[in-house]
Amino acid sequence: MTGIRISVPDTAPAGEIIDIRVMIQHPMESGFRRDNRGGAIPRDIITRFECTYAGETVFAADFHPAIAANPLLSFHTRAIESGVLEFRWTDQDGQVWRETAEITVT
Amino acid sequence: MKTDKGTAVSISRRSLMTGMAGLGTLALIRSPASAAPEDVIAAQRALFGEREIQTGRVSVTMPPIAENGFSVPFEVEVDSPMTEEEHVVQIAVFSPRNPLPNVARFQLGPRAGRARVATRIRMSGTQSIMAVAEMSDGSLWSGSAETVVTLAACIIL
Repeated sequence: MTGIRISVPDTAPAGEIIDIRVMIQHPMESGFRRDNRGGAIPRDIITRFECTYAGETVFAADFHPAIAANPLLSFHTRAIESGVLEFRWTDQDGQVWRETAEITVT
Repeated sequence: MKTDKGTAVSISRRSLMTGMAGLGTLALIRSPASAAPEDVIAAQRALFGEREIQTGRVSVTMPPIAENGFSVPFEVEVDSPMTEEEHVVQIAVFSPRNPLPNVARFQLGPRAGRARVATRIRMSGTQSIMAVAEMSDGSLWSGSAETVVTLAACIIL
């Protein structure tokens, strides 16, 4: 089970730069750690994050093992129109987690 | 007879020592413990080619001291008007001391409004984290910040 937490303002005046914060629960196992028997713990990380706003990609990120567990991202976008913001995380094996938020632009 | 034996022993001992020394050097070279600055340069070349990276316009904010390297707040902001004509295309983050030189890459556009991204990163030791921003005109700008890490992320398991 994966927990996703998103912070997006419900409403914003047109043209305003809004602050978006997203976090997903994920171990982001680096692949460099060893377990208590000395065996290597295999890498298991989210490699890609994308944010679309009314269908258009406004922000994307590529993650490497140096991103801490439960990756948090804070970024900005300009409120242009009322619509849906979609957040999509993809891990190294292609598994996808999605979450959406609605914004009303006044 | 005695001398012969002595020679034989000294030779085998010498070859043993050279062998061990060789092994030691090999272990040093092979050790993936940290990315040397050359790795950072190679990673930058892989992303941006041979283009010149200028210093400035990019400010990296990190705490001066981190108690452990598991999760260190990292923030990068680029001085750019973020308009259709002039904006930041991407920001790449590099570490000179982690096992891998690449940390993250952020893709932005004029829709961002403000070229600022924050996240939390892992650090295997005290080092200076560098961010390189690619502008819409193709120019590259960089900035960095150093954090003293008391407990590294990759040493304690």
